[in-house]
Amino acid sequence: MIKADAKVLLEVRNLSATVAGVEILKGIDLTVRAGEVHAIMGPNGSGKSTLAKALVGHPAYTVSGGEVLFEGKDLFAIAPEERSRAGLFLGFQYPVEIAGVSNSAFLRLIYNTVQGARGKDELDPLEFDDFVREKMKLLDMDPNFLDRSVNDGFSGGEKKRNEILQMALLEPKLAILDETDSGLDIDALRTVAGSVNRLMTPDNAVVLVTHYQRLLNYIVPDYVHVMEGGKIIKTGGKALAEELETRGYDWVVEEYRRQESRPGSPAYAEMHL
Amino acid sequence: MTTVATARHPYIEALLQSYEMPRSGISWLNARRSAALERANSLAVPTTRDEDWRFTDISPLTKLHFQPAAEASRLSLADLSHYFIGEAAGRLVFVDGLFAPDLSATDDLPAGVQVSNLAEGLKHHGALIEPHLARHVPFNDNLFVALNTCYLRDGALVRIAKDLVHAAPVHLLFVSTRPEIAAYPRCLVIAETGSGCTVVEDYVGLTDGVYVNNAVTEIAVAANARVKHVRLQHESEGSFHIANCGVSLARDAAYASHTVTLGARMSRHDLNVVQQGEGAAARIDGLALISGRQLADTHTLLDHAKPNGKSVQLHKCIVGGAAHAVFNGKVLVREGAQLTDSAQESRNLLLSSRAHVDTKPQLEIFADDVKCSHGATVGQLDTEQVFYLKSRGLSEARARSLLTYAFGAEIIDRIPIPSLVARLERIVLDQTQSAS
Repeated sequence: MIKADAKVLLEVRNLSATVAGVEILKGIDLTVRAGEVHAIMGPNGSGKSTLAKALVGHPAYTVSGGEVLFEGKDLFAIAPEERSRAGLFLGFQYPVEIAGVSNSAFLRLIYNTVQGARGKDELDPLEFDDFVREKMKLLDMDPNFLDRSVNDGFSGGEKKRNEILQMALLEPKLAILDETDSGLDIDALRTVAGSVNRLMTPDNAVVLVTHYQRLLNYIVPDYVHVMEGGKIIKTGGKALAEELETRGYDWVVEEYRRQESRPGSPAYAEMHL
Repeated sequence: MTTVATARHPYIEALLQSYEMPRSGISWLNARRSAALERANSLAVPTTRDEDWRFTDISPLTKLHFQPAAEASRLSLADLSHYFIGEAAGRLVFVDGLFAPDLSATDDLPAGVQVSNLAEGLKHHGALIEPHLARHVPFNDNLFVALNTCYLRDGALVRIAKDLVHAAPVHLLFVSTRPEIAAYPRCLVIAETGSGCTVVEDYVGLTDGVYVNNAVTEIAVAANARVKHVRLQHESEGSFHIANCGVSLARDAAYASHTVTLGARMSRHDLNVVQQGEGAAARIDGLALISGRQLADTHTLLDHAKPNGKSVQLHKCIVGGAAHAVFNGKVLVREGAQLTDSAQESRNLLLSSRAHVDTKPQLEIFADDVKCSHGATVGQLDTEQVFYLKSRGLSEARARSLLTYAFGAEIIDRIPIPSLVARLERIVLDQTQSAS
C-alpha cells in the first residue's frame, strides 16, 4: 500500500558492492516506505541476491560505495546481528543446514535474543512451545519440524517455510525474501504467500527478490524494479511484472540501452569523452 | 614400546622406591603383582620416539615423583551430591584412589548384581574374579598398566549374573582432592552370559594442584551380554590422566562406549576392544573438548578376531586455544574374520589458529570378504552457518559457541542417561563459550 507520507524504512543511495574484488552492484537507488511491497526482478546474475546479502552484511560482500539508511540510521555502521535486532530480516534463498542444533531450541534462542534486545518479554520453553506451534499452524508446518535439527534434511519447500516461520517470530520492520518462491509447489506457495500477507502491517514492508512473476499473483507488489548489470534499470507497478512474464527481460534491457546511449545520458558521456 | 631399559629411569625408580608387596593371602593375585612389578622395572618410559607416543611428550609427567595417598580425605555426601547420577542404582566412590564406603551406595541392589570394592569382592568371589583381573589389559608391554597392576590394592567391581539385565546405571566415581598424589584406579566389569548393564566411570578433580591418575579398566562381556560404558574425564586443569581400558567380547556380545574428555593438562586414553567371539558388535563414541594448553591423546584398537563382527566408531575433537588433540584409531580385521562390517570416522574442529590435531585412522585387513570404511576430517566452523545465526540476531560469540556445541552434541546426545546428558550439555556450553 503506497502512502506518500509513510515513514521511510530503507533508503539505498548509489550503493555499489563487490564480491571477491569484482563489482556486482553498480549504483543502486531504492526507497522503501512503511506499508509497501517491492519486488526486485531481473535475469540471473543481475545482482538481486547480492543486493539482499550486502544489506544484511554477509561477509563475502564488500560495500564499495554509496550508503544505506535504515530508519534514518547508517545501516553499515552496525553488525549483522544488530541489523537483525533493529528489524531487518533476510529470508535466504538457500538456508544453511545446522546439524546438532534442534529447530525448537534455535527458534526460541533467536526469538528471545531479539525480544531481549528490543526490551520485550522473553518466553520460557513451555510458553514458547505453544507460541511457535500456533505460528506453525498458519504455515501448515508439521510440529515434527521442531524436533529436527535446523533445516537438516528439510526439502527445499520445508526450508522456505522455516524461513517464513523465523520471519513470523522476529517480526521484522523490513523483510527481504530472496527467491522464497523457488522450490515451492503451488499449494505451498499459496500458504507461504498467505503467511507473508498476514504479517504485513502499515508499519512494516517487504522486498521480494524473485525471478518469476508467479509469487506476485499472491503477494501483490506496489513497485516492481528490474535489475540488470548491477543496476535498477526500470521501475513500474504490478503491470510491469505481468509484462515481464509475457515478454521476458530483453525488451527492458534494450529500452534501457537506447535510453543510456542518447546524448546527454551519463553512459553516452562516458563513451564519447 | 617393548624396549627394555638398561638402567631404571628416575621416574620408575622414584615410583617404586617405597613399594611394598601387600600381605594379601591370595597367591594368584600376588603372582600377578610380582610379574607386573618385574615388568615395571624393566620397561622403558615411553618417549616421542616410540610410535605409540609420537605426538604425546610425557616428560612433564615423568619429572613428578608422586606417591599413593596413605589416607583418604574427609568428604561428605553433600560435597559430592551434585556429581551423583539420579538414575543410578549402585555407586562406588573412590577418593584419591582409596575406597570411600561412606560415600558409596550399594544397598538395595537386586540379587545377582554385585557392586562392591574389589578388596571386598576378592574375599567372597575370588574364583569369579581370578579369570578376569589383569587378564583383559595386559601389562607386559605397557609401563602404565604394569605400574597400575603392581599397585593394585583395591578398585571397583561390577558383576552382573547370567541373564540378568540391570537397567539402571552403576556409577563409579573417582574424586581427586589432593595435590602430589599418584592414584591407581582400577575397575573390573564382568557381564555374564546374556546379562546387561550400564557403567559410568567418572573422574573429577576437586583440587587445583597437580596429581596423577593412572587408571586401568577391564570389561569382560560374555556371550549375548550387553554393556554400555560411559567414561567421563573431567580432571583438574593441572593434572595428568593416563587410562587403559580393555574390553573382551564373546560371541554375539555387544559393547557401546561413550567417552568424554574435558579435563587434565595431559591425558592419554587407550581403549582396546577385542571381538573374541563371532557376531560381536561394538560402538565407540568419543569426544574430546579441550582448550588452553591441554593435550588429549586417544588411542583405540578395534580387534576383529572372529567373523561377522560389527564396529562403528565416531571420534570427535574440539580444540581451542593452543591445545593439542591426538587420535590414533586402528581397526584390525584378522585372517578369517570374514563378513566384518566396520566404519570409523574421526572428525575434528579447530577453534583457533594455534589449536592442533593429529589424527590417524588406520585399517589393517587380513580377510577378503569384509566391509570397512574410515575417514578423517579437520575443519573450522562453517562461516555460512555463523553468518546465518548472526543474521537472526545472535552475537558472533554466541553463534560460534552454539555451533561448537552442536558439533559435540552428536556424541553427548547418544549417552543413554538423561541427567548426564543435561550435565554434560551445561559443561560443554560453558566451555565452548570460553573457548571461542
